Amino acid sequence: MNELIAVLVMLIGVGLVVGLLLFLSNWLGPKRENPVKGEPFECGNIPIATTSARFSVKFYTVAILFVLFDIEIAFLFPWAVVFQSLGWTGLVSMSLFIAVLLLGLAYAWKRGALQWD
Amino acid sequence: MSLSSLNLPVVAPVITLSLTGFVIVGVSLIWSKVSRHVFLLLSLLGLGLSFWFTTSLWNSNTIAFGGMVVADNYALFFNFIFLISAALSMLLSQGEHEQGHLLNAEYFALMLFATVGMVLMAAGSNLLVLFLGLETLSISLYVLAGIKRTEPKSLEAAFKYFLLGAFSSAFLLYGIAFIYGVTGSLSLRYISNFISSAPLASQPLLLLGGLLVVAGLGFKVVMFPFHMWAPDVYEGAATPVTAFMATGSKAAAFAALLRVLHSLFDGASTDWMVILSVLAVLTMFVGNLAAIAQANVKRMLAYSSVAHAGYVLIGLIAWSDAGTAGVLFYLLVYMFMTVGAFAVLSFLSSRQSEFVMLDDFRGLAFRKPAVALAMAVFMFSLAGLPPTAGFVGKFYLFSAAVKAGHTPLVVFAVVNSVISLYYYLGVVVMMFMRKTLRTLSIPPTVPLIACALLVAVLASCALGLFPSYLMDTIEHFAVHLL
Repeated sequence: MNELIAVLVMLIGVGLVVGLLLFLSNWLGPKRENPVKGEPFECGNIPIATTSARFSVKFYTVAILFVLFDIEIAFLFPWAVVFQSLGWTGLVSMSLFIAVLLLGLAYAWKRGALQWD
Repeated sequence: MSLSSLNLPVVAPVITLSLTGFVIVGVSLIWSKVSRHVFLLLSLLGLGLSFWFTTSLWNSNTIAFGGMVVADNYALFFNFIFLISAALSMLLSQGEHEQGHLLNAEYFALMLFATVGMVLMAAGSNLLVLFLGLETLSISLYVLAGIKRTEPKSLEAAFKYFLLGAFSSAFLLYGIAFIYGVTGSLSLRYISNFISSAPLASQPLLLLGGLLVVAGLGFKVVMFPFHMWAPDVYEGAATPVTAFMATGSKAAAFAALLRVLHSLFDGASTDWMVILSVLAVLTMFVGNLAAIAQANVKRMLAYSSVAHAGYVLIGLIAWSDAGTAGVLFYLLVYMFMTVGAFAVLSFLSSRQSEFVMLDDFRGLAFRKPAVALAMAVFMFSLAGLPPTAGFVGKFYLFSAAVKAGHTPLVVFAVVNSVISLYYYLGVVVMMFMRKTLRTLSIPPTVPLIACALLVAVLASCALGLFPSYLMDTIEHFAVHLL
């Protein structure tokens, strides 16, 4: 219990000191506003346009397809490592997995998701 | 591990459904001009085949994939609910209002994949299989919710459902991580053994994990603090999708919830019962009180779906074989009456206008007496009035809870049933006792929707009049989890 009181005392002490310093510098310090002070300083370029520009939905299709096939590769790697011990079962399962993804690719292709224009 | 040790026949219903989905996508790629009704036919064929496999597995009580998937009668009974719900919802896609959006390969393939997810959720005896099932179901449903892609409301529904659904998946996964961290296994059987040696109460992290899993599944069940998405999504999504979502995915989530809780509880634990009881009471009150204020029947049914989640939770809280049997029976009955109510909406919506507002129902009994009668049956059944299946279902749930000593809970539930009478009978009053104000044109009868309606009406009546055969079967065979 005693050591906990020490922590409490320290928390209160620190809070008081920090609060006092912040208050004093705010109270005593001179406030001379000018536009230059309001500018971002050493924070990169001054923005020239709004960041919420709209992208064509085509980018998203490509991105989603990329993620899909990227994850396919992520699944293929561990299989490659234990290829020997899994044997035919592993080969058949992975072939089915890839066949399903191929069907997905064929679908995306046929529906024109890979076409930019 | 060899292929034969996987015990593939056990997952035959899942394989059939997935293959049908792939065939539909393949057919749509090869013959782009194929008649759209071919997809409906193929899907129904796949569902029928899956139904047949499920029937042939009945009473086999086998496990597959090294204990990842089980085929106990409990899971198989849920399979019947999912398959019938999917088949009926697909029949609704013939409705004039949404036909243009729904009669394509994507709709049917996604419905089948969602059914695959449901079957896996009911059959998974490993937390990861359960999660995979939930994701398969959810991702298909996110797309299905937005399948009317030219309509902003449908897109809003899909987006809301996706954002909140992603959250709930994260909850579930976080909970699974905690459970795994404490027990060192994802297998429900192992977890249940672990808990019988070290009680739940002495493991705060396990309790936290269990709560997070309940929260994650509670979202799909449409339980009280996680129900906010339901009205908007139910309203915006195409009616057949809503019917499927309200019945199939709710049943799947209950199936998983019951199975997980069975392995997390060793006997009835009072802490959990208190949490679930409070949630059940709040779920019922929020659902029923909010449903009163709705002018849109789809939103009304969404809130009623919240309320019904509360009723089913009572059967879960009873924590007995009778309670489990009540949950199974009620979810089947709820499926018929809810799909039926949505079928009425599909039946009456014309190409130009959706028949969803409460005012549209004014005087329906004089324009379409048969449909009005069917709607009345569903409303009576949802309200739980005696000759219908809804009454028997509620009776089983509540009597199981009373036997387990949860009388105050049942008092709340009965009070809520009375509240719900107000808005269910409101629809009936509109149809039979009010004059038509403005007439929406009612489209010509679509035979397939009429079929779905007939099935739903017959089931709602038959299960109400002769419940004992089905209930005996459930009590004897389906309540024991493997």
